[in-house]
Amino acid sequence: MRNLLIFVLGSVALIALPYGLSFSQQEILVFLVINVLLVTSYRLMTLTGEWSLGHVVIMGVGAYASALYTKELGIYVPVSMILGAVTAALLAVLLSFPLFRMKGFYFLIGSFAAGEIIRLIWKRFREPFGGVRGISGIDPMPDFSIGIYQFDFFEPVSYYYFAGFIVIASLWVLWRIEKSPVGLTFHAVHWQDKLAQASGVNLRAYRTLAFAIASGFAGLAGALQAHYVGTVNPNSFDIEVMVFVLTWAIVGGTATFYGPILGCIVLTVLNEIVLREMGLEQARPLIYGAIMILSILFLPDGLESLVQKVTRRKSAPKPEEKAAT
Amino acid sequence: MSDFLEVRNLTMRFGGLTAVDSLSFKVEHGSIHGLIGPNGAGKTTTFNMISGFYTPTEGQILLRGEDISGLKMHEVARRGVVRTFQHSTLFAELTVLENALVGTHMPFRPNIFAAIIGWDKEDRRGAEARAREALEFFGLLHLSDERAGDLSHGHQRALGMAVAYASHPDVILLDEPFTGMNPEETKHMMGLMRRLKEDGITILLVEHDMQAIMGLCDTITCMSFGKFLAEGGPTEIRNHPAVIEAYLGGARHVA
Ligand SMILES: Nc1ncnc2c1ncn2[C@@H]1O[C@H](COP(=O)(O)OP(=O)(O)O)[C@@H](O)[C@H]1O
Ligand SMILES: [Mg+2]
Repeated sequence: MRNLLIFVLGSVALIALPYGLSFSQQEILVFLVINVLLVTSYRLMTLTGEWSLGHVVIMGVGAYASALYTKELGIYVPVSMILGAVTAALLAVLLSFPLFRMKGFYFLIGSFAAGEIIRLIWKRFREPFGGVRGISGIDPMPDFSIGIYQFDFFEPVSYYYFAGFIVIASLWVLWRIEKSPVGLTFHAVHWQDKLAQASGVNLRAYRTLAFAIASGFAGLAGALQAHYVGTVNPNSFDIEVMVFVLTWAIVGGTATFYGPILGCIVLTVLNEIVLREMGLEQARPLIYGAIMILSILFLPDGLESLVQKVTRRKSAPKPEEKAAT
Repeated sequence: MSDFLEVRNLTMRFGGLTAVDSLSFKVEHGSIHGLIGPNGAGKTTTFNMISGFYTPTEGQILLRGEDISGLKMHEVARRGVVRTFQHSTLFAELTVLENALVGTHMPFRPNIFAAIIGWDKEDRRGAEARAREALEFFGLLHLSDERAGDLSHGHQRALGMAVAYASHPDVILLDEPFTGMNPEETKHMMGLMRRLKEDGITILLVEHDMQAIMGLCDTITCMSFGKFLAEGGPTEIRNHPAVIEAYLGGARHVA
């Protein structure tokens, strides 16, 4: 009953949200929704203990693939988005062969290198990737009606509803995976891979599985973005964007499902409302860097740890501080 | 009784050091087999080779006649040979129940599509029942919700065995399971091992506690400096001159 109430109120709030916002804020809202999927998919990857620097490029793979499928093959946009996601996931499986020979720091560097190679390929080949300028004039999502609501994708509000629906469905799938025995196995692979393997877990298979799922949803986020913006180019998926994703994840905290989402929302609001109003947009990378360092120093467990403190106090009136060892 | 697990001319070299040197022995199905020897004799290295953690430099490991040397650890585990680790190697961040659930990975293989749709309820229930059964067997059920890293040392050792037991193994390799247990706990654990044996599980055991080894094992293989030294029943090994010699006048250890 209480959950149902929260669900209804939450849905109403999400549906009503854009009406209090200006046009440009509505556009930002669309990007925010897409970025929530991006950062949540990134967290799934980190469950197995590997941190990648190629995630944003993989998102770009989904964007490029979906754009090309519609442009070159005339595939219907929603279908091409799914195919874009599948392409990103399959590429991850291919990349896993060289990348999973490495672990930890080496994997981090390896994933960065792989991402740069992919971006180089986009830049180098005008056919079909459009070179440095990328691809423009990407088909928008075709308008449609669901009876009570007419989707008109020139309106950011319509795209917000459309993307919001897809993102929530994706988050639901990611949540189900994490709370399943598969998710437990990801954790096991992270915390003690030797013992997991001795229990019959195929480490390579599970690492690849996490990488492929995370990449698939990142690719879907990329496709959502490509058909909204109408253009893709190599620079929209560069390391600067990756640093934003890392900052969202680290500031929010990766121990819980909602941590990275919280980080993404809080920093986007901070960025768009505070920085834009103050005319400090240019300094965004600098300020993000500072925020990341400050949060590592003073809030090592992320914003989620603040939420946990509050909710724990509520549920347990007399919290006995357990000595953490 | 057939030769169930056999090690043939097993050799492991680390650079110039030969940790295990042409070791051969046979483990009978349904027995408790001890592997003893002074520190550094190569017991853990032998376990690491049998379980697939190391690939032997030379020699074979035969399980039911099949050569399993060089297989990966999870492939060996899937053939029924499951190990524990010498130090308390656990998923310290996970709860005791979650640790045991990872142990049920083989009998209840996770399926991602069924998990998303919700069609794996049966399996999840089965896995949890098995995990609880394993915890109960090792007297850990009341600690289900504790973080594994917060357990006492003795309980951690027991949990390591529960994780292995949860997978329905044919053979369990136990590396110094009694370390960190008081005499009371050791005695209790010995009782549990006899029950595992009654269930038809074969146990290969490395242990320093001679009383436990002598009390439990059907057959004991003694090694020293990587080489086979002697083999036999507890009485035989206890009185074997080479064994006593290897423990350096350690008649008091072997007593
Ligand atoms: N990974 C390794 N690299 C190099 N030397 C090793 C390694 N593992 C074990 N050794 C050496 O092999 C010998 C046997 O070790 P070990 O199998 O751990 O003995 P035990 O378990 O009988 O005490 C020791 O001399 C040890 O130093
Ligand atoms: Mg040892």
